[in-house]
Amino acid sequence: MIRRRTLIALLTLSAVYAGCKKDGAAGGPAGATSGSAGPGAGSGEVVVGHYASMTGSEAHFGQDTDKAIRMAIDEVNGSGGVVGRKLKVVTVDTRGDAAEAANAVTRLIDVERSVAILGEVASSLSLPGGRIAQRRKIPMVSPSSTNPKVTEIGDYVFRVCFIDPFQGKVMAKFAKENLKIERVAVLKDQKSDYSIGLADAFKAAFEPTGGKIVVEQSYSKGDTDFSAQLTAIKNTDAQAIFVPGYYTDVGAIAKTAERLGVKLILLGGDGWDSPDLFKIGGNAINGAYFSNHFAPDAATPKAKKFVADFKAKHGVEPTGLGALGWDAAMVLVEAMKKAGGFEADAVRKALSETRDFEGVTGKITMDPQRNANKSAVVLKVVDGAAKYETTVEP
Amino acid sequence: MSQLLQQIVNGLSLGSIYALIALGYTMVYGILKLINFAHSEVFMVGAYAGYFAATWLGIESMEAAGQAFPLYLAVGVLLVAMASSAALGMAIERLAYRPVRNAPRLTPLITAIGVSLLLQNLGLLVFGPNPRRYPPVLKEVTYELGGVVLTNVKVTIFVVTLLLMVGLQLLVHRTWTGKAMRAVSVNLDAAKLMGIDTNRTIAATFGIGSALAAAGGILFGLDQITINPLMGVLTGLKAFVAAVLGGIGNVPGAMLGGLLIGLSEQLVAGYVSPDYRDAITFLVLIAILIFRPEGLLGVVRQEKV
Amino acid sequence: MRWLVRGAVAAAVLAGLLGLARVIEGGLMEYAQRVLLLAGINVILAVGLNLINGTTGQFSIGHAGFMAVGAYTCAWVGQHLAPGVAGAVGAGAIADAISLNAALVSGAVTAALAGVIVGVPSLRLKGDYLAIVTLGFGEIIRIVFNNWKALGGATGYSGEDPAGLPAWTTLFWVYAWVVVIITVVRNVTFSQTGRSLIAIREDEVAAEAMATPTTRLKVVAFVLSAAAAGVAGGLFAHLQAGIRPEDFRLEKSIDMIVMIIVGGLGSITGAVVGGVFMAVALELMRDLEEYRLVLYALLLILIMILRPEGLFGSRELSFGWLRRKARGGEPAS
Repeated sequence: MIRRRTLIALLTLSAVYAGCKKDGAAGGPAGATSGSAGPGAGSGEVVVGHYASMTGSEAHFGQDTDKAIRMAIDEVNGSGGVVGRKLKVVTVDTRGDAAEAANAVTRLIDVERSVAILGEVASSLSLPGGRIAQRRKIPMVSPSSTNPKVTEIGDYVFRVCFIDPFQGKVMAKFAKENLKIERVAVLKDQKSDYSIGLADAFKAAFEPTGGKIVVEQSYSKGDTDFSAQLTAIKNTDAQAIFVPGYYTDVGAIAKTAERLGVKLILLGGDGWDSPDLFKIGGNAINGAYFSNHFAPDAATPKAKKFVADFKAKHGVEPTGLGALGWDAAMVLVEAMKKAGGFEADAVRKALSETRDFEGVTGKITMDPQRNANKSAVVLKVVDGAAKYETTVEP
Repeated sequence: MSQLLQQIVNGLSLGSIYALIALGYTMVYGILKLINFAHSEVFMVGAYAGYFAATWLGIESMEAAGQAFPLYLAVGVLLVAMASSAALGMAIERLAYRPVRNAPRLTPLITAIGVSLLLQNLGLLVFGPNPRRYPPVLKEVTYELGGVVLTNVKVTIFVVTLLLMVGLQLLVHRTWTGKAMRAVSVNLDAAKLMGIDTNRTIAATFGIGSALAAAGGILFGLDQITINPLMGVLTGLKAFVAAVLGGIGNVPGAMLGGLLIGLSEQLVAGYVSPDYRDAITFLVLIAILIFRPEGLLGVVRQEKV
Repeated sequence: MRWLVRGAVAAAVLAGLLGLARVIEGGLMEYAQRVLLLAGINVILAVGLNLINGTTGQFSIGHAGFMAVGAYTCAWVGQHLAPGVAGAVGAGAIADAISLNAALVSGAVTAALAGVIVGVPSLRLKGDYLAIVTLGFGEIIRIVFNNWKALGGATGYSGEDPAGLPAWTTLFWVYAWVVVIITVVRNVTFSQTGRSLIAIREDEVAAEAMATPTTRLKVVAFVLSAAAAGVAGGLFAHLQAGIRPEDFRLEKSIDMIVMIIVGGLGSITGAVVGGVFMAVALELMRDLEEYRLVLYALLLILIMILRPEGLFGSRELSFGWLRRKARGGEPAS
């Protein structure tokens, strides 16, 4: 009996706690946050929200991005902050769940009083989050959601990466023109909209040039065995395999292919960019090509400094997702500086006017659709490292 | 033809790993009528224990120097992993399952789901979410026979699984512990009345099943190249399907079920569509449970009223 | 006369709900409203699932599948119905209400149909075998949606508008449906059918011996609970503005089970409390960051060990119970 009372009391308390937090933080009707006397006013720290998969099966993506965002904001604070105010990153976990992503963005706006929002990595989570940011008129910059639908949500949603159709075109063109490849097998992750989008984009760009997709195979995120698909591919006349997946799977795919005697060229996209690719893939990944945002060896001083700083701080090299997280934060900071404050509409306007911003992943210019218009590079894996091969302009 | 053979070879090695994991499900279910959802995480922890043991023994520097990992150390790694998983499995039984053993049937089931979630999230927290390359505890050698590629790892998987199976079968049917296990699985209370230390027998069951899962974990890591904290989720579920297919509570049944699931997965993925591979595995499970719930090798037990 | 009183009560409840929703929407920040909306959806899921898992004692861990069927149907029907409705009655709150409710009803119907297809063969099984079969069906449903290109495949479905599905899920409609579902489930539970369902839970063989049509009743309870999950799915779709197969993976089914376990299997009150608890607790635990899910799992285990009957057991909070309580008597179980 007593135990039940305690539990009920706890429940009541937690409800009251939720209520108090609301009253203390919002202190007014919903929607007031976007006004000019909103969260940016005052003189304390200004909150930049980040929503990311910090737990769950996609935690590595969120954690990589978060580390880089925090580094960027620390750097900005170290050099005086924005218009005399220090920034503070508040990260809210989505655990890879769409409902939680929407909760997270709402929380960042209402409870944490964020002036702007960074995130998500996965397009499928940026969509629910972006819709809320748009409705509440808070600018959001996604570091690495490449699905075109994300920025179609509206004028408050931006991204600093290129989109799937462009990247697909880059690799199709490279395969056809530079490698003289005619027949390609595709191996995509059918649970990931990134992978499907990139595979479709590749196909759409490759076939009109006279190339042929010999076979389309797929796996599901969480699978560890790729031998059935690769055995099927082995028995076709494909010259290369396009694997638009993440580094978490690609290393094992390359190893399995080597083991099965599948001696085809592997092609891929920016999801490959991680030191883990080489750690897992070993020799098997040598000779593969993938498109990326920047080339570590032909990098600008800014990119080199980022890689060095990241390594010094976290002991490992950053992934491509980290680099994009850094850029997303910096593009946002630039826009705030340009806007001379944190007022949402001014920041949105400044973001849309981003021109030739020198980021880690290249020169970023926002196009009218709020997508980063920038060149892509193609890298070749040589002796366990990615080497610059060529640049493809948009 | 060679493609078909290749798919069969791959299916058999994958199926052997399912079979090793399935044993843990089958033994625990046989004795407690509990689907031990946490078993898939015991398998994951076994793989990680092997990983850390091998790393601690300096496998990385040996590999960098081009040396092979000595066999006696590999066996040591296997033993360490089996011991850690056995300890974990027994701890789970003692701390989480024993307190709810006499509760209604569904309470232990939900507890098991809870333990599984707990270990997954602890794994993500402690081991980190990134997949890790499994160290080459066994140096991989590939053979090619008429277009079919075979690796020594795959052969080892098959042989080790078979040996452990035979060993387990002997243990269950030729030793006092095995006899006690069988007695407890028939009737726990009656076994207790006959002077069998049921708590110890149940703990031993968990220990043995978990040790086998750890062996499966290491073989899995070697064959599938990477491990991650969520590796047990899908693999464990499929191993469970294998246990049900073969007839839950039945040791040779687990082997048969594992091999059949491994084969059907590879053939479906290779010839039908990988998109529906898991769906077909679940359909097999449903069909078996509805039409022949005792499984392929199971014996029908009439439920007494 | 009686139906007149009931009609008046229902009207009063709905009017009160409408007023309350207006007040909350005007005075509470959106974050708290979102939590309330999710809590309402959870309550629908939990009360529905409790009918089969708690009252009837037949364990399903595949209800996320029915939620998916309802969500996809509701989203699709809503998309295709809305223009016609808006044309007929003029765009606005009334048109939205008609479209939403028509879509929800269709979601409930398809989820119920899926419930029949899954339930008829599965419910011959008992205990954990039934649980595993429903798990399998739940996963199969998810995989089918994952490969259904016309519904967006893995990317999911969010209609034609880039801003996603219309935001029809308001506090009023969620809680109106909460009232409807609770009323239906309560009336079933306290009817003769409900007594039979409890009899099945307590002893299926004995129930059968007393000429209870056990299989038919189990299917009825299963289908009702699938329909409730379908309604919840539809509301969820229009809250999220888009759905994808991953929203309905096994974890979702487990979340639902946790809700009814926390509150107490077999108690409608418990299911309500569990549903609200799930929505509120996960948000309150955010400060724990990466330890949140670890603690969530630990909590589940501890509840099972220390209080396996949940907060309420199979007791119900009712006016009669409160009165007895006030008099200091022992509550009826």
